[in-house]
Amino acid sequence: MSLLRCASLTKTYSSGGRELTVLSNITFELEAGAFVAILGPSGSGKSTLLGLLAGLDRPSAGDVHLDGVALGELSEDGRARVRGEKVGFVFQSFHLIPTLTAMENVQVPLELRGLAARDRARELLERVGLGKRGHHFPAQLSGGEQQRVAVARAFSHAPRIVFADEPTGNLDAATGATVIDLMAEMNRALATTLVLVTHDPELAARARRVIRLADGAVVADTGAVPA
Amino acid sequence: MTGPAFVATMARREARGQMRRLWPFVAAVAVGVGALVAINSFTENLEDTVRDQAQALLGADLSFSSSRPFPERADALLAELGREAGGARSARVTSFSAMAYAVGSPGSRLVQVAAVEPGYPFYGRIETNPPGEWDRLGAGHTALVDPSLLVALDARVGDTLALGEARFQIKGAVTNVPGDVGVRAAFGPRVFIPAAFLDETRLLVFGSRARYETFMNLEAPAKAQALADRYRPRLAAQRVNTRTVSEDERSVRESMGDLGRYLGLVSLVAVLLGGLGVASAVHAFVKRRMETIAVLRCLGASAGRVFAIYLIEAAAMGILGSLAGAALGLAVQRLLPRLLRDFLPVDVRLSPSWSALAVGLAVGAVVAVLFSLLPLLGVRDVSPLVLLRRSFDPPARGRRDPWKAVALLTLAAGVVGLAALQTRSLRAGAVFGGVIGLVLLALWLAASGLARAARRFVPGGWPYVWRQGLANLHRPANQTVAVLLALGFGAFLLDTLFLVQHNLLRELRPGGSEAKPNLVLFDIQPGQRASVATAARESGFTMTVPVPIVPMRILSVKGVSATTLLARPPAPERARAAGPTPWTIRREYRSTYRDTATSSEKLIAGAAWRKGEWRARPGGGPGQPPLPISLESGVAEELGVAIGDEIVWDVQGLPLTTRVAGLRQVEWARFEPNFFVVFPEGPLDEAPQTFLTLTRIDDPSARARFQRRIVESLPNVTAVDLSQIQQAVEGIVGRVALAIRFLALFSLGAGAAVLAGAVAASRQQRLRESALLKALGATRAQVLRVATAEYAALGGLAALAAAALSAAAAWAVVRYFFEAPFVLPGPPLLAMGLGVVALAVTVGLLSSAEALRRPPLEVLRFE
Repeated sequence: MSLLRCASLTKTYSSGGRELTVLSNITFELEAGAFVAILGPSGSGKSTLLGLLAGLDRPSAGDVHLDGVALGELSEDGRARVRGEKVGFVFQSFHLIPTLTAMENVQVPLELRGLAARDRARELLERVGLGKRGHHFPAQLSGGEQQRVAVARAFSHAPRIVFADEPTGNLDAATGATVIDLMAEMNRALATTLVLVTHDPELAARARRVIRLADGAVVADTGAVPA
Repeated sequence: MTGPAFVATMARREARGQMRRLWPFVAAVAVGVGALVAINSFTENLEDTVRDQAQALLGADLSFSSSRPFPERADALLAELGREAGGARSARVTSFSAMAYAVGSPGSRLVQVAAVEPGYPFYGRIETNPPGEWDRLGAGHTALVDPSLLVALDARVGDTLALGEARFQIKGAVTNVPGDVGVRAAFGPRVFIPAAFLDETRLLVFGSRARYETFMNLEAPAKAQALADRYRPRLAAQRVNTRTVSEDERSVRESMGDLGRYLGLVSLVAVLLGGLGVASAVHAFVKRRMETIAVLRCLGASAGRVFAIYLIEAAAMGILGSLAGAALGLAVQRLLPRLLRDFLPVDVRLSPSWSALAVGLAVGAVVAVLFSLLPLLGVRDVSPLVLLRRSFDPPARGRRDPWKAVALLTLAAGVVGLAALQTRSLRAGAVFGGVIGLVLLALWLAASGLARAARRFVPGGWPYVWRQGLANLHRPANQTVAVLLALGFGAFLLDTLFLVQHNLLRELRPGGSEAKPNLVLFDIQPGQRASVATAARESGFTMTVPVPIVPMRILSVKGVSATTLLARPPAPERARAAGPTPWTIRREYRSTYRDTATSSEKLIAGAAWRKGEWRARPGGGPGQPPLPISLESGVAEELGVAIGDEIVWDVQGLPLTTRVAGLRQVEWARFEPNFFVVFPEGPLDEAPQTFLTLTRIDDPSARARFQRRIVESLPNVTAVDLSQIQQAVEGIVGRVALAIRFLALFSLGAGAAVLAGAVAASRQQRLRESALLKALGATRAQVLRVATAEYAALGGLAALAAAALSAAAAWAVVRYFFEAPFVLPGPPLLAMGLGVVALAVTVGLLSSAEALRRPPLEVLRFE
């Protein structure tokens, strides 16, 4: 069954009095538990597509259904609620909250939903190899460690889907590989759909399905591969 | 964790390590609350002290006063009152101005003489140096004087003081008189003599002005108010004014209340500036937390929840600032009595006022929340998309954002409410809030105009650094509005204070090119005119033609007798329709006669009579046409008379019927002989009168010698050195200005916090821009010139806007409140404007210092 469905997705911006079409007529479906890479060069529209699929933005045309919920019909706060329940994020620049410890960063998605957070956060930090660093602030962690905390945060509330936007972009190759291994392992273990946005074909090859974008349109799709 | 618990927990977490960045916020609140606590606490202490010392302020249970010796009927009434009280002691005090000199020392001085009977004051103590001399005052020809008189006359205790034709030995200095206000000594130091020797001075002759008082100490003080209320109308009909302890206390509290209200407004301005500082600091803080806000939104937090997190943080910072401000206020409170000592009738007993502290804490927290609302609403516009794309610009909300309107209305209501709380008047609060709002609106419009002008009108041919600096005025996320508000509002306050003070002092200073008189002689009897003229001629001076002064009282107004008018029960707020105000009926009028107007008056209604028209024409008597008179417009309004109305005067026992023929506007602030009532020449030529004359003597020692000659040869003539009066006035105005400027320091402090917050808001942007310029090859000097161009433009416009707004505000205050002409002093205003520009440029250069210190790559990588 489809977890994520987008149909005829289009996004245009007004810039200097002209209309700029960033995405044009994107249509595909993702099953639950899939590991998908969205591959494309800079300017191909992959970050824009991620934003639309995750409910961070509204399309100019088309629609997105996430776990049966039509995102286009929701208000900004409604989409925030959906994100809080069903979506996790890993960003290129980590985006940890600097005034929170590693433990507290991982707790936030659970606390937002009013759930007990401490034990789950501790377990996840152990899983990503940072069990003893929970009380450190982001500024006291290396880039790789910060990204592992971000991965723990992304999975803390057992989301249906995790979006990773160039998660290894600010990491060296070895560290980046570690982070990808972690996410792939959690995708398998927790059956959480993983969408990886990248410009790196080698990284994209780790996924079981690759959707290639160019100039705002899907130019290739290897299709879903059984888990 | 429930919703509110999450919000509170996140607020606490978010505040970690942010104190260094939030100090402008806390400082802004602290300065405002400090001013409020200091002034409110001091005002409360003052009111308590006045209440505790009320009896000592009056010195008796009842006091009775008149501008003429009490008639027999009045004395009989007082005796009857005393019997009804079960017995009473009384003491009379006669007060008047006179010239005095120390035998053997040169010079003379205008003094305020008080001839006192034994027993006064019945409450409180008059302290002297040496101690105990007050109790010995009645023993012989002795006098006690203000310490300043000893200095002025170069005399000491033991010397002989000449007062009229009597001589008194100075037995000591008076160091404390309950209820005495220090500035009074500037106009005339006090001299206390025994009443028994008053007649010996021969100073109270025809035409002399004196205040006659009787103080009464009752066997049953509790009956004082009831007795006063019962006897007041009958005594008023005898032109004797009655005053009780509570009435005196109320009067003192009202005048101190005016002072307190004014100081309260000054502190409120500091609070409001602090609010601007809060808004500026919150704006900067939100910008720095944009990424965190976006992460929270991304993770599923609603806009309302994020707003609540930062609102709680703002409230917590407000409470912290309030606590710091309360401590500051208590410290400053100890300085206020010293600063205002010359204007207070009591020695204020200081103690912390818990109500003032509570109000200060509450106001600080409320101001912090109110002024945070608008900038915090901006968190709703932070899109999680900035995490994907740094340069993401969210779509504009559109002009109509109901929440912004709600926040603005709440803020406006809060400001009016705070002002109403401080002034204890909703109307005054609304007016104050309106004026502040107008000023801020005008500054905001000026800032928007500047940004637009910078976008459109900067010539392409200008050097790059100037164009870049001016472009910063309109770039996205510019700080033009914040800096202009901070600088402009502070400059507006200081400019307004300066302009009002300048115009008031200008009125009292002699004109630059005109040779205005600086010595006035009055109480000259008719037979002494020749002696005065001779003394002047022999000294080499010329005197102006003597101005006649005819004392008279009102017998009736529009057919209603003065007795009837005065017998009416007093009303706290007498409507004009209820008739003349009592003081206009009770007072003695010193009128003159002439057929021409002077330079300090202007006929604004009615018509003047022709020169010589009434010289040989009978009028004013029984069966004769009423004499035309010209009234000063203000006293005419108080009397409730208009052109054509009739007033009958008692001129030393002779009734004189007059008709109001003209109304004059008089510039009272000018030191020239001005009169409420002017008669035509002729009918009063033979009436009992005294004369006044003026001269100008540039050399101060020649002036002093002439004064001394007059005082010795004609002791009843008062010769006043106007330059001394002007100095005294300037000194008082200067002391008032000092007190005001001290309190304005709070506003400056708050303004500095606002400026710091505004500059901090653009810190990151400025760092990156400077780093980029340096990376592209700009020198340090070029980077500094860019900052100079931007801040010079900001400072220049702030100075210009402040000058324009303060000119309008000062004009309104000087014209309508002080009723004086207004002049704009160009050079001082320009100097103050240049000061504002210099301050702005200094702040701009300091804010660029960090960028110059750090390597460009470090900034571009990590900021």
